[in-house]
Amino acid sequence: MSVKIEVEVNGTRHEREVDPRLLLVHFLREELSLTGTNVGCETSLCGACTVKMDGLTVKSCTQLAVQADGASITTIEGLSPEGELHPLQQAFWDEHGLQCGYCTPGMILAAEGLLAVNPSPGESEIRESLKGNLCRCTGYHNIVKAIQSAAKGGA
Amino acid sequence: MTETTSDPTTHGVLRGGSVGTPVPHESAHLHVSGEARYTDDIPEPVGTLHAAIGMSERAHARIKSIDLGPVWNTPGVVDVMTVDDLPGANDIGGPVGDDPIFADGLVQYVGQSIFAVAATSVELARRAARKAVIEYEELEPILDIDTALEKKSFVIPTEKMSRGDAPKAIDAAAHRLQGRFRFGGQDQFYLEGHIAFALPKEDGDMLVYSSSQHPGEVQFVVAHALGKTAKDVVVECRRMGGGFGGKETQPALFASIAALLASRTGRAVKIRPDRDTDMVMTGKRHGYRVDYDVGFDEQGQINGVEFEFASNCGMSADLSGPVNDRTMFHADNAYYLDNVSIISHRCKTHTVSNTAFRGFGGPQGMMAIEWVMDEIARYLKVDPLDVRTTNFYGIGERDVTPYHMKVEDNVLMDIVPELEKTSRYRKRRREIAGYNESSEWLKRGIALTPVKFGISFTATHYNQAGALLHIYSDGTLQLNHGGTEMGQGLFTKVAQVVAEELQIDISRIRCTPSDTARVPNASATAASSGSDLNGMAAQAAARTIKGRLTEFAAQHYEVPADEVVFANDAVRAGDQQVPFAELTHLAYMARVSLSSTGFYKTPKIHYDRATFSGRPFYYFAYGAAVSEVEIDVLTGEYRVLRVDILHDVGKSLNPAIDLGQIEGGFIQGMGWLTTEELWWNAKGELQTHAPSTYKIPVVSDMPEVFNVNLLRSGRNNEPTIHRSKAVGEPPLMLAISVLHALKDAVAGIGGHQLSPHLGAPATPEAVLMAIGDLNQRLESEKEPAGVA
Ligand code: FES
Ligand code: FES
Repeated sequence: MSVKIEVEVNGTRHEREVDPRLLLVHFLREELSLTGTNVGCETSLCGACTVKMDGLTVKSCTQLAVQADGASITTIEGLSPEGELHPLQQAFWDEHGLQCGYCTPGMILAAEGLLAVNPSPGESEIRESLKGNLCRCTGYHNIVKAIQSAAKGGA
Repeated sequence: MTETTSDPTTHGVLRGGSVGTPVPHESAHLHVSGEARYTDDIPEPVGTLHAAIGMSERAHARIKSIDLGPVWNTPGVVDVMTVDDLPGANDIGGPVGDDPIFADGLVQYVGQSIFAVAATSVELARRAARKAVIEYEELEPILDIDTALEKKSFVIPTEKMSRGDAPKAIDAAAHRLQGRFRFGGQDQFYLEGHIAFALPKEDGDMLVYSSSQHPGEVQFVVAHALGKTAKDVVVECRRMGGGFGGKETQPALFASIAALLASRTGRAVKIRPDRDTDMVMTGKRHGYRVDYDVGFDEQGQINGVEFEFASNCGMSADLSGPVNDRTMFHADNAYYLDNVSIISHRCKTHTVSNTAFRGFGGPQGMMAIEWVMDEIARYLKVDPLDVRTTNFYGIGERDVTPYHMKVEDNVLMDIVPELEKTSRYRKRRREIAGYNESSEWLKRGIALTPVKFGISFTATHYNQAGALLHIYSDGTLQLNHGGTEMGQGLFTKVAQVVAEELQIDISRIRCTPSDTARVPNASATAASSGSDLNGMAAQAAARTIKGRLTEFAAQHYEVPADEVVFANDAVRAGDQQVPFAELTHLAYMARVSLSSTGFYKTPKIHYDRATFSGRPFYYFAYGAAVSEVEIDVLTGEYRVLRVDILHDVGKSLNPAIDLGQIEGGFIQGMGWLTTEELWWNAKGELQTHAPSTYKIPVVSDMPEVFNVNLLRSGRNNEPTIHRSKAVGEPPLMLAISVLHALKDAVAGIGGHQLSPHLGAPATPEAVLMAIGDLNQRLESEKEPAGVA
């Protein structure tokens, strides 16, 4: 059995027949070839798969593709127009907020979610709100710096 | 408040990406845009199959029968294979040959690979792999170090290293302490799990994309499993989403299974275990039990010390030999031990075979001696820092290690006094004592611990590297070397070395994937040696081509060779200046070869394993950290309030990358010693196999104040690449200061008089238990006084 869904991803509408068990992250990666969204744990704990759905940050491994029917989704590929970088993307680059980069797309989307509701968060607010996104490489120091610098720049 | 600084002379300006500048990671623009391609992101050819592994459900058992019928009958299944179907060797490459791809009649840990399935989707493969009906004849499992010691169960024989006469010195000493403590292992928890993707090529050849720190080893294991030779297999890895040692030997299992199924089906096969499976199936940092016996004088100077290490190696040898050797090499850490004996048991248990993890046994050795330092200080009721300083290696005296190597590059006295000052260690210790007196439910603690870490593979033949450099006629370059990129910034640093050598802008250089077809016989990217080895090899390649270009320019412009100067992305020949790209084009037209290999082998090192003596390390990397923590006496919960680090990276190739390594390494080490707990049940099943139960540090665990600095005067005594020092592993061990700060905080309950019984990981539960234990000991100390 498959279910027809219609989803807008990064501004483009997609119609697909999907297995009702298909996770959103696999829909994005396999159906739409948007491989910037990474899979780290598949159990909603690492945040590598974070995307935005109708303005809210969600972990796409904890959503079914069918739940996204009618929704509008932004992945890392759609965060900024082609050839440009979102201030957070620029800040993670400039402030060395990454090493292996595997957590980076999810981190940036989680940070974007924070800045959307709190445009100039303090360090403790950043720490509090990014708890759901794991990074094994950086020790978080430069990630926090990157978010602060993007916030200062008016992300 | 956070702050990082680095050498002001190299900070700030990007001189086109030359060495010493904080060039961003070469893939940063791809990481932030989601375009960085990891193995799982490589487009799959039509018909790609997905594999899953059927795992043992018993820790130790004979396999009586396997019924694979239900597996075959699962929809979507295309192939199933067991040990009986292997065309080649059933061996994933361990030194002892005790690590099979598929269990052959005997299983030795829960999670061991028994068979593999290929199906049309990941989900179908995983579902099918659970359907086999396996009958076991249970055997008694050995699940912990104590039982293994009792039963003399070892993966390889016990080793002993000694210098002087420890028993005699201990007997003669004014004071003596003996004790035992334990600390756990650690899962690497690379954010990208293991993955391999095999594509059959013509004539039986195989291309394998493997998330591996050692593509060269994967190549050989795959070739032997297929019954083929190295020339028939190519292994490639552009980048890993973290490795930390966990992708040194472990990828070979997944790569060989993908390749075997690909070869049988003639289709591309990908295998990506889920996180839980990855954690159950793959090796981790070794947990240890340590016994010590130490004799010392009034000042806390050690007269003699004996260590008996016993590590949990799991079911096979894997890298346990060199890991445990490195423990022995680091049981001195920064201290001169005149009379010392170090015994190391390598225990075999029926749990997953433990393997490399950042520090590679070194952290466990350091834990032992740092523990002893702390115990001595508590016994003498002096500041542990004073005991540490008293025992430091000297300069020109008291400078021989337990393995008879002279410490010639000691910078401890540049680092520790400066850190003591900048962190205001003494003042804060007094403040903490005052705080603890007035605060009943919150107690604080502080500790300063040093690191001295030996750099080189202890297996001498690993200390070699190759590079391959092409310059195209348009003046752009492709750079390849045997090292792998796992986030540590190796590719960036090596590109900087080449940019520096040719004085060109780094944007001319494309770093190409680690590839066994480009550089053969490459060592694992491990032992922190990546930039030391590959930087030198790439420099050699660049120098060869530079020599040819110089010769050509001298002829072409009719000037002496010493008037040909590479600078600012151009070349000057006498009074003429040509852009770099113009010169490469002219050289091409004049038929000058613009491609070269480069090779490097570390000089000076030699080592006799039979006597544990020689010079196993080319040099040492040093650092020190001060950590302050606060514990809640009622719950055992704690916060890390402040950390100050001063670390020696020699002359930094890239201060931004080096600082990142230090910060990340420290936090990872902190996780090992605080929150990360591996726990197996009585059946030998790992119960902490997902981030729900296995807690790596999250952003809120970061120290509230985190001051990280590079030693300004840092410079390698040895002619390493631009006098830099390796930085991958050493900072992890700076986190030993956190454990000792926690012990100090618990000790704060009794006015810092008694030594807490707090091993690692010091989870809040463990801290709470240590508090209870300390309170009890305080009570029983009081009682006799009450009676009298
Ligand atoms: S993969 Fe979704 S949270 Fe880890
Ligand atoms: S950069 Fe590797 S996990 Fe964050």
